Amino acid sequence: MAALGIAMGGGNWFSALVLGVTLLKCLLIPTYHSTDFEVHRNWLAITHSLPISQWYYEATSEWTLDYPPFFAWFEYALSHVAKHFDQEMLNVHNLNYASAKTLLFQRFSVIFTDALFVYAVHECCKCIDGKKAGKELTEKPKFILSVLLLWNFGLLIVDHIHFQYNGFLFGLMLLSIARLLQKRHMEGAFLFAVLLHFKHIYLYVAPAYGIYLLRSYCFTANKPDGSVRWNSFSFVRLISLGLIVFLVSALSLGPFLALNQLPQVFSRLFPFKRGLCHAYWAPNFWALYNALDKVLSVIGVKWKLLDPNKIPKGAMTSGLVQQFQHTVLPSVTPLATLICTLIAILPSVFCLWFKPQGSRGFLRCLILCALSSFMFGWHVHEKAILLAVLPMSLLSVGKAEDASIFLILTTTGHYSLFPLLFTAPELPIKILLMLLFTIYSISSLKTLFRKEKPLFNWMETFYLLGLGPLEVFCEFVFPFTSWKLTYSFIPLFLTSVYCAVGITYAWFKLYVSVLTDPPAGKTKKQ
Amino acid sequence: MEKWYLMTTVVLIGLTVRWTVSLNSYSGAGKPPMFGDYEAQRHWQEITFNLPIKQWYFNSSDNDLLYWGLDYPPLTAYHSLLCAYVAKFINPDWIALHTSRGYESQAHKLFMRTTVLIADLLVYIPAVVLYCCCLKEMSTKKKIANALCILLYPGLILIDYGHFQYNSVSLGFALWGVLGVSYDWDLLGSLAFCLAINYKQMELYHSLPFFCFLLGKCFKKGLKGKGFVLLIKLACTVVASFILCWLPFFTEREQTLQVLRRLFPVDRGLFEDKVANVWCSFSVFLKIKDILPHHMQIMISFCFTFLSLLPACIKLILQPSPKAFKFTLVTCALSFFLFSFQVHEKSILLVSFMLPLLLKDELLMPSVVTMVAFFIACATSFSIFEKTSEEELQLKSFSISVRKYLPYFTFLPRIIQHLFLISIIMMVLLTLMTVTLDPPQKLPDLFSVLVCFVSCLNFLFFLVYFNIIIMWDSKRRRSQKKIS
Repeated sequence: MAALGIAMGGGNWFSALVLGVTLLKCLLIPTYHSTDFEVHRNWLAITHSLPISQWYYEATSEWTLDYPPFFAWFEYALSHVAKHFDQEMLNVHNLNYASAKTLLFQRFSVIFTDALFVYAVHECCKCIDGKKAGKELTEKPKFILSVLLLWNFGLLIVDHIHFQYNGFLFGLMLLSIARLLQKRHMEGAFLFAVLLHFKHIYLYVAPAYGIYLLRSYCFTANKPDGSVRWNSFSFVRLISLGLIVFLVSALSLGPFLALNQLPQVFSRLFPFKRGLCHAYWAPNFWALYNALDKVLSVIGVKWKLLDPNKIPKGAMTSGLVQQFQHTVLPSVTPLATLICTLIAILPSVFCLWFKPQGSRGFLRCLILCALSSFMFGWHVHEKAILLAVLPMSLLSVGKAEDASIFLILTTTGHYSLFPLLFTAPELPIKILLMLLFTIYSISSLKTLFRKEKPLFNWMETFYLLGLGPLEVFCEFVFPFTSWKLTYSFIPLFLTSVYCAVGITYAWFKLYVSVLTDPPAGKTKKQ
Repeated sequence: MEKWYLMTTVVLIGLTVRWTVSLNSYSGAGKPPMFGDYEAQRHWQEITFNLPIKQWYFNSSDNDLLYWGLDYPPLTAYHSLLCAYVAKFINPDWIALHTSRGYESQAHKLFMRTTVLIADLLVYIPAVVLYCCCLKEMSTKKKIANALCILLYPGLILIDYGHFQYNSVSLGFALWGVLGVSYDWDLLGSLAFCLAINYKQMELYHSLPFFCFLLGKCFKKGLKGKGFVLLIKLACTVVASFILCWLPFFTEREQTLQVLRRLFPVDRGLFEDKVANVWCSFSVFLKIKDILPHHMQIMISFCFTFLSLLPACIKLILQPSPKAFKFTLVTCALSFFLFSFQVHEKSILLVSFMLPLLLKDELLMPSVVTMVAFFIACATSFSIFEKTSEEELQLKSFSISVRKYLPYFTFLPRIIQHLFLISIIMMVLLTLMTVTLDPPQKLPDLFSVLVCFVSCLNFLFFLVYFNIIIMWDSKRRRSQKKIS
């Protein structure tokens, strides 16, 4: 009785937070789910019913397997549990099969695999020092970080309503970051290699890992002024890292190499036939580029500078994933986006090499890589903003400057996820959860840093407050106006552009703070 | 209060839980011909919108009282009328006379659920927030924890947002009444409580404590001077609010009588269905319903009810204090529920385990989740497993008195701990059994009756427990001049 009391009492707030959010996830089971639900059911069917040689060739359903092999093995493992719930979902030909038991199984599998995320959050909290802590539990950085990660709005919406398995993937990433912060480099590298073979989108942040491990792990010592000491290079470490990556890749791609299917696998993993932007523009640089192009073309037509017949029909956010040309500004090719991304990543990577600040510097570089790839990547999904938001939470409880950038990034990033849930019953849920997360994050970080200057200047406050009227306009006013038929893309357009402004601003501010930070030798804390 | 943002967070969590529960099924979904409470509420909108006031409570060709006839006081009818106006604006098919019977659609469900949420948001939730903020002798953290537990109370959420009812309105008004009366805003408090009674007659369960508390206050102020003035003012407030609500029905005697007949159906038997009531549990051993004649049943239930709540009420008149008032509210409601006539299981919104009802509505998942969440919230906020000394169970005075006669009566806290554990284990077991197993052929109602029986025992225990707290609370409080 006493042990239960201690567990339940004030001491174990972490368990209470975890239980609370798990119960909330259970309540979200009957909500709307997107086509991703069918995608994963299809993959369960493919991996269960077909031999490995068919996995990347199967195309009965339009949702073909386009994640790396480890994820396919994960679905295979899940399918063995699934057969006890409902055998029918494992039939490849049962397209769009969504019985009650299937729904229950899939939802519970997401909730269950989130256990890895919970463990990763627990490890991350150990890396946060609580020197700034007040005596109040709710003011401790560990508590705030746990809430920001466990109750993250974006993760809840994307995983438990829209339906995906990002929870345990981000768990792997946060765990590898935590291991690197704890100076357990080999484990961190191993975890990241495994993560890459689960979902290749994490390639975005691979440069940060590569350069950091090379600079701060393979070179074992620095000169007093912080630059690299070339003779401290450790071949052993380099070889062992290489071996880890090689072994993991061999385990993953080996079977397909043996079957001579590598080109097919890669063509599934990297489909470049899709357009520059997703049907709903992710709020990145290209959204602003497209918007500018559209505005210029409208002005051009009005002032008779352009011939209206030459403009391709249909708005670019018409909901189809297609290739299109820009009218006024030059068109963008995949190669151009790659070059832009590389140019954007370069300064942060250089910083990581020339001004290493230990594991914190690595974290900042990782976030910048993720954000830069989001800004300039080809066919970026708005969900990819989570790649930057979640690691940034770790920084936000450290410095006031970082907290301010984090809040702008998170609030606009989360708001940009709203178009994912467009059904009426989910409207109150997304608004309530967004308010919950935003109000909590802003007020708790403000309380944590109340002794320093205010987190937002008037411009930023105004911008963030503007999200409210924008939402009211897009969801409550616009559908009842006459423009709904002629200009149906306007809500998505406005959301995309407004959020792109905020995210670009946050990216820029973070870059400036990283570039202007003094190098490690001169700071007293490392 | 400085932690306003935490309170906002708690309210938002409460609202989120409510709305996610409302995504599930409602009572009587897809079950013609009678459907359930959801259809009843829709039907009332139809009746109140299409028929003139004089016909609302009467049987006629347009208004078939056997098909969910109106059996709540006028304020519910006015609320339905208001909702009907909104429904007419959105889609008149929802409330078309006769043709809209059994109307079910996603849009309509969304509309009905929204009306519940708005009513909750306007009446109940502000009352809870204000109540918790005004609690004295508590740290801010405790106040917020209180608010979280109250807002997460599964009974209210599941009945209002799952099964479908508007209990939050009447409970909200009653809570405003409690607030007003506890902080000496007597007139406003009694007005609020009258509104509560006029919304659902179930609130009459709480009327006796209100009456006794206010009477006690008048006595304390002295019946020759200020007390008498207060009494007159209160009487006028109550009469005025009743007249205001019942105005259209006071024009003819027959109208008033018919409404009363619909509100208090005394033609029915001692109990219906399986309720965690003493009579229902007692009938396991002895079939009272069949043995005693009708009027004897009424007399016995009347006597038992009043005998069980008399001590606490008398004490309240003699020594009115907000704390005693709150406890008396609980005991009176429990007494009424346990002993009175023709009780419905939904009347117990204090401590309730309405499992069979919820299973019928296919609300198993939300019920489990909300109950676990509530339990964890309470356990974490109030460390109930740690605070089991006599002081904290508020039984100190009682055990001191008992120890005068039985010097070895020191094991009270441990008894209570064990009882608590036993009752939790039994409830979990019963829940598991009800969900997974099928009852034996000869006793098809076995599990429902067992649930009711166990719940009844729990309620009886609490009745005794709270009565003890009230009765033995006297001397210590009076010596400390503070009023809590």
